[in-house]
Amino acid sequence: MKTLSRIYVALILVFLYAPVAVMILFSFNSGGSVWVFEGFSLDWYKGLATNTSMLTALQHTLIIAVLSALISTVMGTAASVGILALRKKISRSAVMSVTNIPMMNADIVTGISLMLLFVFVGNLFGLNESLGFFTFLAAHITFNLPYVILSVLPRLRATDMSLHEAALDLGCTPVSAFFKVILPSISTSIFTGAIMAFTLSLDDFVISYFTCGHYQTLPIVIYNMTKKTVAPDVYALSTLIFLCVFVLLILYNTLQSKSDSRRGFNV
Amino acid sequence: MNKKSFGSRIVAAPYIVWAAIFIVVPLVIMVYFALTDSNGAFTLANFAQIGKFKKAFGLSVLYAVIATIITLLLAYPMAYYMTKLKISSQRMIMMLIMLPMWMNFLIRTYSWITILANTGLINKFLSLFGIGPLQLINTPGAVILGMVYDFIPYMILPIYTAMSKIDNSLLEAASDLGSNSLSRIRRVIMPLSLPGVISGITMVFVPSVSTFYISQKLGGNKTLLIGDAIEYLFNTGPQYYNIASTLSLILMVLILISTLIMNKFGDDEEVVI
Repeated sequence: MKTLSRIYVALILVFLYAPVAVMILFSFNSGGSVWVFEGFSLDWYKGLATNTSMLTALQHTLIIAVLSALISTVMGTAASVGILALRKKISRSAVMSVTNIPMMNADIVTGISLMLLFVFVGNLFGLNESLGFFTFLAAHITFNLPYVILSVLPRLRATDMSLHEAALDLGCTPVSAFFKVILPSISTSIFTGAIMAFTLSLDDFVISYFTCGHYQTLPIVIYNMTKKTVAPDVYALSTLIFLCVFVLLILYNTLQSKSDSRRGFNV
Repeated sequence: MNKKSFGSRIVAAPYIVWAAIFIVVPLVIMVYFALTDSNGAFTLANFAQIGKFKKAFGLSVLYAVIATIITLLLAYPMAYYMTKLKISSQRMIMMLIMLPMWMNFLIRTYSWITILANTGLINKFLSLFGIGPLQLINTPGAVILGMVYDFIPYMILPIYTAMSKIDNSLLEAASDLGSNSLSRIRRVIMPLSLPGVISGITMVFVPSVSTFYISQKLGGNKTLLIGDAIEYLFNTGPQYYNIASTLSLILMVLILISTLIMNKFGDDEEVVI
């Protein structure tokens, strides 16, 4: 039974990694096809370094991911504090229902509704080109926010109120009590929310596709490339991204397990 | 200021304004487009046209349901077996499952072409034995495979989370009271992992029913899904925004209804995500 279950887990992992392995293998192809492996070479990786449209797209992707993660983390953390302070239960649940919409809705619907808003407003002001950097950024902030709030809010709710009261009794103003006492105790979940926002933004295709205009990020460039016959350079690029995510994830996991053990110690 | 809060509710104001502008207003505008013609006059004609898209809606729902069922059947034992492993191996497998999820899904989908094509890896392997080539790509099966592949992590993770929360003493109590391992699974693990199953089902069904990339690449434009129709109409030009908005609206209502039905099954707060 035990071996059978191990084989099953292994098979599912093989299924998950088969396309990844194919991608990595063909990124080293010396030929120009993703069907026939002709020999080992690093040509496609070298080609990437001089591919300006891809490098610009990479730069755009990182700018949007950093900015949208930063803005949504600050706004989302503030929102979590404010939502807890809402007096009426009905207004709290109204805000939370609206927050859930982008998470529950299909990406294509979120993307299209945002595009319609931007086009609609653009038409009102008589703009020719209503989509671009700012609409793209706004869209990413919008779909990041719920993830930040759902990461921070539960932690904030579980934070011991007496800490805050003690700080106030010892002469802190409410604002400095928040920054000195509450913020440090919820920093892990803020960090988790920020990382989640960053990776979601990095990887998003569907919502970006409808809101980007001419401001192209990597997923959009990759989409346009896969419309034609794909050359192994897309695979080389994805292999590099895969490696970056791999390193980030290992880093994050070590941090997480460290903070887990620290928390365990405190209790 | 509320006594039970860490700050003033004023700090939520920027978010509430943001959510109103970028979540609520866009949906209102979508409804407006769905109910008007290209001149902005009120009409229900868009809804009269949706008969043309009956097949696309039907196929989307059918494929998404099949993909969700297959995903559940594959993911449930996976999650169960994972909880039986050492904690350190559980952590590692979790990471391995999440890793492809954070890779570009366009590429992950595209790589399947290399595997499934008529000159692809599977057919090359089969031809060694004189079989084939089999038509694997550009079939409904390939589209469903793509859905299962792309979204299976969203099924494994919530089920695994729900299962790993189950208190071991419950299982011991069940054994003490005479349950064998099969009835332990049926009477303890299954009911307690239900919230995970429910959120897994919604998290796989929603992206499957609304996809357009998977069907374009693996279905070879032979299988027109509702996502394809919406994407095509929006890219064709502003004169099609109205009918495309109508389709999006119907898709949204469809998703809303299926989520509500799923939540009824679970009736648990955790399901909301």
